[in-house]
Amino acid sequence: MQLNPYIPITMKLVKNLVETEDKLINTFTLEFLNKQDEENFKYMPGQFAELSAYGHGEAPFGIATSPTEPGILKFSVAKVGCVSNALHLMEEGTMVGVRGPMGNYYPIEEFKGKNIVIIGGGFAFTTLRSLAKYMLDPKHRGDYGDITVIYGARNPGLLLYKEELAEWENNPNINLVTTIDRPAEGWNKHVGFIPSITEQIAPSSVNTYAVVCGPPAMIKFTLPVLEKLNFPPERIYTSLEMRMKCGLGICGRCNIGTEYVCKDGPVFSMAQLKELPNEY
Amino acid sequence: MKISKEKFGQAFDALVAEYQIIAPVSDANGIAFKGVKSFSEVKQDYLNSKLPPKAFFFPQHEKLMSYKKEGKDVTVKSELKVENTVLFGIRPCDAKGMQLLDMVFKNDQYTDPYYFERRDKSVIIGVACNKIAPTCFCSSFGLSPAGSEGSDIFLIDLGDSYDVEVITEKGKAVAARFEALSELSADEQALVDKIKDAETSSKVDVSTTTSKLDKMFNNPYWDTLQEKCIGCNVCSFSCPTCHCFDISEEVRKNEGTRVRTWDACMAPLFTLHGSGHNPRDNKKTRWRQRMMHKFNYFVHNNGSMSCVGCGRCIKGCPVNMDIRQVIDGANKAELVVE
Repeated sequence: MQLNPYIPITMKLVKNLVETEDKLINTFTLEFLNKQDEENFKYMPGQFAELSAYGHGEAPFGIATSPTEPGILKFSVAKVGCVSNALHLMEEGTMVGVRGPMGNYYPIEEFKGKNIVIIGGGFAFTTLRSLAKYMLDPKHRGDYGDITVIYGARNPGLLLYKEELAEWENNPNINLVTTIDRPAEGWNKHVGFIPSITEQIAPSSVNTYAVVCGPPAMIKFTLPVLEKLNFPPERIYTSLEMRMKCGLGICGRCNIGTEYVCKDGPVFSMAQLKELPNEY
Repeated sequence: MKISKEKFGQAFDALVAEYQIIAPVSDANGIAFKGVKSFSEVKQDYLNSKLPPKAFFFPQHEKLMSYKKEGKDVTVKSELKVENTVLFGIRPCDAKGMQLLDMVFKNDQYTDPYYFERRDKSVIIGVACNKIAPTCFCSSFGLSPAGSEGSDIFLIDLGDSYDVEVITEKGKAVAARFEALSELSADEQALVDKIKDAETSSKVDVSTTTSKLDKMFNNPYWDTLQEKCIGCNVCSFSCPTCHCFDISEEVRKNEGTRVRTWDACMAPLFTLHGSGHNPRDNKKTRWRQRMMHKFNYFVHNNGSMSCVGCGRCIKGCPVNMDIRQVIDGANKAELVVE
């Protein structure tokens, strides 16, 4: 029997963590209430879910955990509207609704045997974190070549997942490059915008895929750099945001031309995007 | 085969015991589809209803679920009670419109349970159009004022009787109650043939529209097209194939319901992101979306245009926009290098 795709499962908010210094991003850790719910929620890196803050509504957010982390889901959410604000204010222990997983995912099968460079800016790092975590899992690490992560934010306080980044710094299985826009006290890593850092340190494009997520300005200036480094459009992937309601390709608002970002995306290759109208 | 209206009326009235019956009636706003208890309430001489009958499958405002919060806990409930329903007097354009909506509410991944629960429990009795409005243009889409597509039973009004065509199994179950069916006389057969051969007087040529629109996303045609549109959405709300909706919550203290409500791509907030970015932030892009969706995107995704030529958007528009002229204009627009 197909479950009613409009009805959320109930999950428990077990941690509501203020993630960034500006207090604009919180990371919510949600716990499945039973095995059945968890089994029905089989997801892959890059997928999203609709979170319900009962009394306020629901909104779509990328899943920041990897399927290799059982029992929980994490979402890092910026406080911008009614639902995200309600979630930010929510006390730990409160029940929330979750519909999903929705959308497609990063082509992890196609990535097998290839080097991967993940390029992220600001808080668009959530599903990229899921992807990196998935590939770093001992069960999967052997499937992939070199993994490089280039991650930047305006200042050190705005980087997500700081503890994990510190861990990755010392992990030989991943090459992490973090950067901030301007020099800051106590910061001894890269300084500079993502496009120029990418140009300096990106690995060879030979046998390599790039996955890029970030604010529009970052994407706009990073793509030409990747092109210059000879990444073909079929080997550059990104994930799009769009206003969504149903998440099922029915309610009609998230389309770009013939494609519904909720159902046919959110992950697209640059080659696919070149075929679509520029309306996103 | 034909059935006299007297016998048909008896069968109709007997159906009331088992089905909710929806039929065209005259009300303060004109013709509307409403629940009736007897064939005597049914308006037989009408062009078409002001609003399409899609609301019986896809209500303008509908509860998806309800919830109750107690402290940090929540209980979620969803129930959908649907009665067996007969929709009588559905015009061919609207019956075809439902088939197009079926393609929306069931896609390669999901089936909308609310829509299909109602759809599966309903029987559509279509009635051919003996009269054709000047705004009708269904013949443009290979449809016809006497087309039976999308109906379970199809009737042609012959004055004192109906010509009856039973099309589906669901239709058979209802038609089993029709008594004293008889053969058409030669004159009646001639009348049936005449009605079946009729075409709408207004037509647009859509044979090249889809392929033309493939090359028109950045065409200056859209710049001026929408200037007089006031964005009232009446075209979408009165369209038998428009299906966009919003999902929101109605809250009272610690209880609430999640509802879906008709929405439209012509509404400015429809695509507004949380960040403030809006990919369709002006009327030009919204008009382009409306036309592209009906005559290009939908064709690529579903193999059919998402317009049935009912003419309601033409009749309803307060500033006299005419979708036929918009199609003609696109057909004639000069292509620019995209």
